[in-house]
Amino acid sequence: MLKLAPLGTLALMLGPVIAGLAGTVLPAFGYMPTLGGDSLSLAPFRDLLSRPGLATSLALSLGTGLAASLGAFIIVILFTAAFEGGRLFRVMRALLSPLLAVPHAAAAFGLAFLIAPSGWAMRLLSPWATGATRPPDLLIIGDPYGLSMTLGLMAKEVPFLLLMVLAALPQTDSLRARNVATGLGYARVAGWLSAVLPRLYPQIRLPVFAVIAYATSVVDVAIILGPTTPAPLAVRLVGWMRDPDLAMRFTASAGALLQLSVSALAIGLWVAGERLVARIGRARLRAGRRQAGERPFAAGAALAMGGLTAALLAGLLAIALWSFAGRWRFPGALPDTLTLTSWQAHLGHLGAASTVTLVIAVPVTLTALVLALACLEGETRKGIALRHRTLPLLYVPLIVPQIAFLFGFQILLLTLGIADTLLAVGLAHLVFVLPYVFLALSDPWRAIDPRYGHVASALGASPNRIFWRIRLPLALRAAATAAALGLAVSVAQYLPTLLIGGGRHATITTEAVALSAGGNRRLIALYAMTQMILPFLAFSLAALAPAVAFRRRQALRASA
Amino acid sequence: MRDAKPTPAPETPPPAGLVFDGVRIARQGVPLIALDARVAPGEVLTLMGPSGIGKSTLLAYAAGFLDPAFSAQGRVLVGGRDVTDLPAHRRHVGLLFQDPLLFPHLSVGDNLAFALPEAIRGRSARRDAVHQALSEVELGGYDARDPATLSGGQKARIALMRVLVSEPRALLLDEPFSKLDTGLKAQMRDLVFGKARRRGLPVLLVTHDRDDAAAAGGPIIDLSPGA
Repeated sequence: MLKLAPLGTLALMLGPVIAGLAGTVLPAFGYMPTLGGDSLSLAPFRDLLSRPGLATSLALSLGTGLAASLGAFIIVILFTAAFEGGRLFRVMRALLSPLLAVPHAAAAFGLAFLIAPSGWAMRLLSPWATGATRPPDLLIIGDPYGLSMTLGLMAKEVPFLLLMVLAALPQTDSLRARNVATGLGYARVAGWLSAVLPRLYPQIRLPVFAVIAYATSVVDVAIILGPTTPAPLAVRLVGWMRDPDLAMRFTASAGALLQLSVSALAIGLWVAGERLVARIGRARLRAGRRQAGERPFAAGAALAMGGLTAALLAGLLAIALWSFAGRWRFPGALPDTLTLTSWQAHLGHLGAASTVTLVIAVPVTLTALVLALACLEGETRKGIALRHRTLPLLYVPLIVPQIAFLFGFQILLLTLGIADTLLAVGLAHLVFVLPYVFLALSDPWRAIDPRYGHVASALGASPNRIFWRIRLPLALRAAATAAALGLAVSVAQYLPTLLIGGGRHATITTEAVALSAGGNRRLIALYAMTQMILPFLAFSLAALAPAVAFRRRQALRASA
Repeated sequence: MRDAKPTPAPETPPPAGLVFDGVRIARQGVPLIALDARVAPGEVLTLMGPSGIGKSTLLAYAAGFLDPAFSAQGRVLVGGRDVTDLPAHRRHVGLLFQDPLLFPHLSVGDNLAFALPEAIRGRSARRDAVHQALSEVELGGYDARDPATLSGGQKARIALMRVLVSEPRALLLDEPFSKLDTGLKAQMRDLVFGKARRRGLPVLLVTHDRDDAAAAGGPIIDLSPGA
């Protein structure tokens, strides 16, 4: 059983990606017999290129994606360089970790509620500062350059990248390395950038690629904050894929390949940038430059970090306010009354959508957890870590844009006869939940002192007994956190639920995104709140489980 | 633990104790450590040498979890039985490390109960065995305690009793006293070696502390280069 776990995990994780890509390539070149395409041709690409505004869509995807990734990366790196080990760093770390669990769509709604012309920021400033008694006639949400969308993506990628940096820092001996540099006369930022970053970067490179791929192909955030005339490529693709005219599927497939190239191009540009920066960095290192824009960099990073976090938190607060708001006329800073009316009126719908969400998320998360535990336990029993061979594979589903393979995966599901079922949606979610559960569990698991297992087997305990009685309890906290993360990832999935479910399974997230066009703030707020409550509950339970199980055990109770 | 009962004596008694018969361990083909030795019941054989020379690797090999990066040949016999090809949990070889490694999620009593052979059946029999083990090291009444609340010396004593109640046929000690302070060190040495002798256990001790070797009072093999 254990021997099959790695193979099964890889098959469930990579199978849909590979099959999906194959299922996209064939129709892109006109081959899809069920739709009458039985010869290879370039017609789908010709049709794709003739779509109006395609160049703008492409530029938007590439531009917003790269700008958001680069912005988030620079902010996180400079902030860490300037403040690692300090109090501000600890505060931001404590603030940002829970924000990671907030679904992208909810964060985007929050930002929209905050910065829209009639948003909370304008209300707080009006009329005393702006003089406005009516919302100004500005196009902020959905601006043609995708600035709001870039900001929204950046605000959500900053916590992710910071957490990745935090996970990698202990392996770089960062504080001592910087102290050595400081001893040689290097200023704080310069010392960190030359002594720590070169060791840190290789470890966060794959997560950075995942961010770039995500940001260049995002759908839900783009629907909520992005421009519409035309929309970024990925949003238009979803439209074509769901077009009643089935012939559009050929164009959509060609478009999916184009999307794949756009994301690949973005990563390629980033890699070229890496080379350039490494060259400049080496030259600076040899020149022994002991300053790197110290104060302005620190101030800028702190300001950007603080600003984005404040915007994210204020946005979430605005969502909460709207969900309880009675009458709230512009430019009132707060609603006139707070009421439960909206919640009461929509409780049935929210409950139904939450149920569908959990019916998908819970089995998917448990499956991912069991598979991850089986892989890790098998690895421990064999006494070898597969880390270096498997790590890049874990990132494959996170780096290949969802939209490039989900459509093709759907074709495979059709031939299996399970298209549009909950099982199919679950399989699609598993592709994205597995890597996160595995990544969250593997480091704590491998950190368990192997001598506990050795002592136990010397005491005569069989491998199975050691797993159940020793290793699993020792990993309980990590397993619970990994499960909560898995649940949060599943809850937040928009595209897989929509495309693989054929629009038949209304989850909290698909409902919330669908509401965005309507602009009913109270209704959106209810769904966005529920979107946040589910992962929040999961993480609370995850924190509670070890606290209860180990309430009499000092060594395990302290939160690590 | 079906094989915990004494097996009927064969015609010629097999060599008792712990036997290393032509053991050679290599890392990626490079010879690391070799041992040919027989430790009689109740005797302590001390392996001395600087760190990195492969002492702990040898212990890992004897206990049954050699890292796959190493290759080994030769046989290990415990109480006359060839255990070389047995999985670690069937070897009946007890281990003590420099850390007590009490399982942090189990109470002191459960740490001991985990180690008790399955042959001891029944709730009250097992509880009595745990209590007896606790009073043997003057920790009666510590059954329900959280291991994290014990002193260093108490943890070391529980770790010792945990190994002994599992009824091992040999003991492997990996620098077991190196983290204790001086007074405690002498006390634990007496306790460990005394109990091993009384139970007639062959002991292999790995250390770089001459005082450990002296207290053990048995043969010493010095693995230091040039020794």
